[in-house]
Amino acid sequence: MSEYSPYDASSAKALLEVDHVTLRFGGLTALDDVSFTINEGEILGLIGPNGAGKTTCFNVMTGVYRPTSGEARFDGTSLTKLKKHKITQLGLARTFQNIRLFKSMTVLENVMVGTDAHSKVGFWDALLRTPRHRRTEAASLARAKELLDMVGIKARHDELASNLSYGDQRRLEIARAMGTNPKLLCLDEPAAGFNPAEKVKLMELIRKVRDAGYTVLLIEHDMRLVMGVTDRIVVLEFGQKIAEGAPAEIRDNPAVIAAYLGVDEDAS
Amino acid sequence: MSRVGSYFSPLGQAMDAVSDGYKRQHPAVKALILVLVALFFYGLPLLRPPLITTNEIDFGGVMFQVAAFALVALGLNIVIGYAGLLDLGYVGFYATGAYTTGVLTSQHGSWPFFLALPVAIAVTMVTGVILGAPTLRVRGDYLAIVTLGFGEIIRICVKNIEWLGASAGIKDIPHPNTIGPAAEPPFKPGGLFEIPRLEWDGLVPHLDKEHSVHFLVFGATNAIPYYWLILTALVLVLLGDRLVKNSRVGRAWEATREDEDAAELMGVPTFKFKLMAFALGAAIGGLSGSFYASGQGGYISPDSFPLLLSMLFVAAVIVGGSGNRWGAIAGGALVAYLPERFREFADFRLLFFGLALTVLAVWRPEGLLPPRRTRRAKAAAAEIEALEEGELDEQLEEEPRNV
Repeated sequence: MSEYSPYDASSAKALLEVDHVTLRFGGLTALDDVSFTINEGEILGLIGPNGAGKTTCFNVMTGVYRPTSGEARFDGTSLTKLKKHKITQLGLARTFQNIRLFKSMTVLENVMVGTDAHSKVGFWDALLRTPRHRRTEAASLARAKELLDMVGIKARHDELASNLSYGDQRRLEIARAMGTNPKLLCLDEPAAGFNPAEKVKLMELIRKVRDAGYTVLLIEHDMRLVMGVTDRIVVLEFGQKIAEGAPAEIRDNPAVIAAYLGVDEDAS
Repeated sequence: MSRVGSYFSPLGQAMDAVSDGYKRQHPAVKALILVLVALFFYGLPLLRPPLITTNEIDFGGVMFQVAAFALVALGLNIVIGYAGLLDLGYVGFYATGAYTTGVLTSQHGSWPFFLALPVAIAVTMVTGVILGAPTLRVRGDYLAIVTLGFGEIIRICVKNIEWLGASAGIKDIPHPNTIGPAAEPPFKPGGLFEIPRLEWDGLVPHLDKEHSVHFLVFGATNAIPYYWLILTALVLVLLGDRLVKNSRVGRAWEATREDEDAAELMGVPTFKFKLMAFALGAAIGGLSGSFYASGQGGYISPDSFPLLLSMLFVAAVIVGGSGNRWGAIAGGALVAYLPERFREFADFRLLFFGLALTVLAVWRPEGLLPPRRTRRAKAAAAEIEALEEGELDEQLEEEPRNV
């Protein structure tokens, strides 16, 4: 169904490898031996019913949780021992399922926190207004404005983040994450709470993001959106990977259908 | 908003209007306004305007204390207002700065004040890092408790360490070096030149040459030169604060305050920036403490640094408007000034001070001069409330028709 796809699986290089990751919270196994890779330049969908471990998987990748066993590797570097902000600086950025903006900062400032991610400016640079400060500040500002323009909320740049509409807040989260100049952008249910028209716009935005050279990992519930925009899909259920493949294959996969629609006891 | 609040609200709106009006000005006009305001405050203890001047107690001394508090509040504002770290033991840093100065200039050395000052700042900053490195890993309430303990630990330690003068304290802390010819009492007052002060007869001012200030003699007789010194430090810190806040550092602080986990995931090394805020706040507290130690009295003791002082510092930042440097200064000045102004009420002065703070808290919970973000968020909330009430009214109007 992904009729538009410059991505070619055969020549792909793995950007992120999730390698036999298991995560236990006490007696609960949230992720059970999950392995998959994300290739450079693709849009990978991560789907599954509620509680399947999708967001947990994100949290392992971004350093919020440490895996009990196994590891996630980004560009060949193990993420297990890295601090969260170091992982971001490596080139992995995310948005949040429940929006977590810096509410009382302006829209522009929110994005600039992201664009500052690689900045080396410290106290003395700021106090003495060194050339480095001026250079990074100007670059940060220009990039932030560019990103706001791209996600379509440039006109509201001086608004407080909390005063934006729900949809614009989601867009701002994407812009902020892109500000960190990631190689891999992880979107955690970006379309949650959107109406169909907004979802279409979001799909366009996600494609635009990929065309700008980013690799995208997308967690989403809405099947139409996932099928319409992704190159490949990984399906999780109860912390285990039950399927992986192109959207068309996934749609016809009996295990996936069973996970989503339930299984008739007699038939199985 | 409460009834007391709405009663005072025109005053609040007027303050907001002044603040907005200032922000709209051309940069050159802004700079001119700032210079005039600064000149006014430098001249204040000489102008001695009626009503403001405290007649019960030396006005120059009061102004010194006011500036010292404003400086402390400015430092604490970095910690509480910018980085969102509730520090309830700030007096510990104030004491560290004061005691470092005391030890170097009087107790165990005879350094000149201006040499001891940078050392005091450095020592306090290091203290801030030592305290911050383990404690900034805990958040919110826990940090408040740990810092609360720190303030007391410093006071109790000092009280029991003989080397630091124990409960007798440190006396004879030298004044800063006089600029110009030294004073030779009782014949030569010293200084480069003298400036007479104004005396008011009702609303009629006249020059009072009896009590002129000798520029720049730091001594026991006149506190005004000290006031000028600390005011200069305040202006410098204010400029530095502005430069650092309007940069990547300021944004990192605010992001950390708003949502620490999200900030970390957006590439902000939050621990580093929290520690930086803590150390800077400590350094400014130490700076103010150092001035305090070598001030007019030249005497410090553990009783000079009670826990109450920490509470007053926090009150200053909150009352002034946490997160706005001008608010912090206003709050610090107010908290130091009001008890002195109410001296004529003798035993009741602290009661009046408490009442004044309560009225302020009810009237303007966001502080005297809140940061722009607080005001904008409040305006948006009011707008939404108005919309909701409008809808409710419509529903109520429609209801009788349905019946």
